[in-house]
This record gives sequence, C-alpha cells and structure tokens, in this order.
Amino acid sequence: MTVQNITDLTALAYLVAGVLFIMALRGLSSPETSLKGNMYGMIGMVIAVVTTLANPEIVSYEWIAIAVVIGGAIGILTALRIPMTSMPQLVAAFHSLVGMAAVLVAAAAFLEPGGFGITDAMGKIFAASRVEMSLGAAIGAITFSGSVIAFAKLNGNMSGAPIMLPGRHLINAALGVAIIGMIFAFALNDGLAIAGFDLMWWIIGLSFIIGFLIIIPIGGADMPVVVSMLNSYSGWAAAGIGFTLQNNALIVTGALVGSSGAILSYIMCKAMNRSFISVILGGFGGEDAVAGNGEVETRPVKQGSAEDAAFIMKNAGSVIIVPGYGMAVAQAQHALREMVDVLKEEGVKVSYAIHPVAGRMPGHMNVLLAEANVPYDEVFELEDINNEFSQTDVAFVIGANDVTNPAAKTDKTSPIYGMPVLDVEKAGTVLFVKRGMASGYAGVQNELFFRDNTMMLFSDAKKMVDNIVKAL
Amino acid sequence: MDMTSPVAETALQAASVSPFLSQLSLFVLAIFVGYYVVWSVTPALHTPLMAVTNAISSVIIVGALVAAGPADMSIAKILGIIAIGLAAVNIFGGFAVTQRMLAMYKKKK
Repeated sequence: MTVQNITDLTALAYLVAGVLFIMALRGLSSPETSLKGNMYGMIGMVIAVVTTLANPEIVSYEWIAIAVVIGGAIGILTALRIPMTSMPQLVAAFHSLVGMAAVLVAAAAFLEPGGFGITDAMGKIFAASRVEMSLGAAIGAITFSGSVIAFAKLNGNMSGAPIMLPGRHLINAALGVAIIGMIFAFALNDGLAIAGFDLMWWIIGLSFIIGFLIIIPIGGADMPVVVSMLNSYSGWAAAGIGFTLQNNALIVTGALVGSSGAILSYIMCKAMNRSFISVILGGFGGEDAVAGNGEVETRPVKQGSAEDAAFIMKNAGSVIIVPGYGMAVAQAQHALREMVDVLKEEGVKVSYAIHPVAGRMPGHMNVLLAEANVPYDEVFELEDINNEFSQTDVAFVIGANDVTNPAAKTDKTSPIYGMPVLDVEKAGTVLFVKRGMASGYAGVQNELFFRDNTMMLFSDAKKMVDNIVKAL
Repeated sequence: MDMTSPVAETALQAASVSPFLSQLSLFVLAIFVGYYVVWSVTPALHTPLMAVTNAISSVIIVGALVAAGPADMSIAKILGIIAIGLAAVNIFGGFAVTQRMLAMYKKKK
C-alpha cells in the first residue's frame, strides 16, 4: 500500500469512529436502545485507538500499554464502586481528566511538533496549528481547574458556599483579555517568550488560574449548571486538539460533546430560572440565598404522623411522589419503593414526578430511582405530569422543597419567581416529608406548608417512609 | 499536506479547499448533528449522557498515543504517557459507569 492509501484508510476509520459516537448518543433517546448505543461508543473508541496504534510513527508500545492498564484499572474499579449519589463528583472528576489530557497533548505537540506533522519546511509550527493548540490547551486548562473545584465542592472537600474575591470580575476580565491577547501573539509569532517562558506556557498557566477563579464564586445550588458547562468545555478542548492533529474523529467528538454540554447547561438554567451569564459570572446563587430570611415564620402548619399518612394514601385512588435530593441524602429511595409496592398492592395508582433539578446533575434523580428498582415508565418529567396533579388525590413530597413552591408562580418578589415548579398544591392532599421548618436551597419559605390541604410529616425521610410502610 | 506532489502547482490544485476549511465544515456540521441528537435524548438519561460524552471525549487519547509513540524518551513522550493514563481512566471508567447506570433502567413488569 502507498502512503496515500494508508492516510486515506486512517481518515476513513476515524470517520467511522465519529459516526459510531453519534450513534452512541442517539441510542440514549430511549432506555431500550441505550445499552446498544453504549456498545457503539465502545466500538468507536476501539476503532479510533487501534487505527492510531497502526500508525507507522508509533514504534514503542511498552509505556503505552502500562499507562492504559493502570488508567483502565483505576477507571473500571472506580466506576464499579461509586455510589449513584456521588455521580456528580465522578463526572466532575472525569471532566478534569479530559481537560488535563488536552493540556498535555497540546504541550507535547508544542514540544515535538514534527511527530504530529504540523511543521513547515523550516521546522516551525504552522500558525493555524498554533492557534488550535493554544486554544485547545487554554480550554483544557480551564476545564481542568474548574472541574477540580467543582469536584471539591460536590464531594464536600470544600464548602459549597460561594467564595467572593473582591474585584473578581475585574481580575477575571483582565485574565481573559491577557489569555486572548497571548493566543493572538502566539499565532502571529512563534518563539515569543515572557520571563524566559514561551507564550504557550503562559497561556496554559493563566488558563488554570482563570478556571479556578470562575468556579469558586459559584454556589452549591448552581452546580448542576457548572457540571454541564464543564462537560461542554471538555468537548471544545477536544475539538481544538482535533484541529491541531487534523483528526476527524476528535473534531466530530469534540463538537458532539461541546453541544451536548451546552444543551444540558441551557436545560438546567431554564429549570432554575437563572440566566447562563449570571451563573458564569458567579456568586449570585449566594446572594439569593440570603434574601427572604428576614422574618421569623409564625403561621401554624398542620402536622401528621406516619399512621395518618399511611391511612390517607391507602384510601387514595392515585398518588404522585415528588422526590428531591434530600431523599437521596437520607438513602430513603429503597424504602420509598417498598412503600410504593405496598400501595400498588392496595390498588393505588402511583407515579413519580421529577423536576429537572431534583438531583445534583441533569437526570440524577432518574438514576437514583432506577437504582432502587423503580421502573422508568412510572417516572415522569415535569412537563409530562404537571397537569395531572389536579386529578390526583395525594402528592407525596419527599426531600424536595423549592421545586414545589407555589410562590414561584405568584410572588413576583420571590427570588425563585419564574422558576418552573411542580403544581403539587393542586392535589387533594399534600404530604410533605421534612426534617424541620428550615427553608430550601434558595433560602425561601415555602408557601405550600401553610395551605389547608398540606400535612407536614416532620421526620428524617427514611425513618418516616419506614414507619409508613409499617403502618400500611 | 506533506503528501503534496509536484502536480499541486497546477491551477486546478491551487483552487482546492484548504484542509482547515474541510475540517471546519466537518466541525460545524457535527455541532448541528450534536444539537439535534442531544435534544432527542430523553431527560431520564441525561446523567448517562454526561458519563458517555465523557468517555467519548477521551478519544483525545489518539493525540496522546502519537506523543508517546516515538522510540526515544523525551518530555513530550512523558506528557503523552501521562495523558494516555488519564484518558484511559476516563474511557474505561466512563463506559463502565454508563453501562452500570443503563443496566438499572427497567420497564414495569
């Protein structure tokens, strides 16, 4: 075979890998096709890796094998052990690895451009390649340091509270301008250096810093947006490197992942009624949290016991369960499913209503329920089930709060005004499981507690559900 | 590009699209494909979507393999080896955790 043939064949194989990745995402359109989709993704990855290894320029395999075995073992062990509640942390950690890998590949290409075929006759890196590698490295570095902070916040290594530096907008803007300016300078003139370090290293260093600074002021409540956003960044970083390497599989994948993360960020922002810009600029989640904590609540609420709740639900025709992250924290999902099993035996129709931000990342609550063996066709998204509350006897809210607050629809002064909420108050009776009267993430009092048709069940979520099961 | 033959000097070849532009076209079209494919993903599977996009974006390992490929040890090769390790964590971990999650989704009996 001629060199041309090999090059064409390689490009074709990468194209096939790219198509398989598209099919992997396409498979996720329904749970039935999803496992097949994941298989396509794995095949695509194998094709891409084998094709690259067949490249005649790769002659030494020992270290490659060692790195793959070590990395693969760590990856698989982590994946098999991680509790589903910790999925957001895991995803954040994975993002940081993609970001770092992009930085390392860009740095390697900068040091040994000849091996990547991106040099001209003089041995200098093409200007276009310099733009692509510095952009890829910059986005990769931001993804890395941002994801490390997101991981630390989600994992509890670091307080979820926003950390506000004085003049942070100014610092970030100055850093951003400096990075963009350096990328331009780097593109126009290879070999520029500041303080003995090539511009490439400055770009990477400053990008690490700005990634860190962008994420520290963002509060815990906004983490679903941040994780989605970093997902998007990791894609754009991969695409940047794909342009440098002139690798179509990497370009296609970067574009897919970049747009996927962007769409998820958009969905999360909409579900929280926050503008993307205000989340990125950071800190506003924290300011919101202070609002509305002014007055002490003195209005009476109706309280009930597990027996009352069991009685009401047993005699109901239909029950909608509204789970929130608090349920997962209390590890109540398995007990909850037991309760539902008993209710179903009693002839009660039960379904679950999921708000898009019910968990800590997009779709998190669905995974937690699936883990507790809740069939996915009993679980409905907000827009699919919201009309049904008015024809439902009981809404059982467990571990959720802000997403059920009717003030979001009526009170223009509320910080959560305009956020889409579940219309639980339209159900005949609302049973609300809660530890105490404390307000939710957004720091707003929930109007629902004081309604005539609401019965508060004050207890730990798991204990309450266990007691209800006993009473049934 | 290094395949350029003497024929490349003819007018016909000079008018052909630069490799960068054909890559850019692919990139832009892939963004559109991504946009429509991701909107068709059911919200119930958004967490597996993130896990699997994580895994596939680690196809960046192909760049790391090229960096780690040469026979002689160099800083670039070391960076490449580390990048392979990081990407391998992601590839194996990402696909495995996606598989684990997807296997939990069951239909009503």
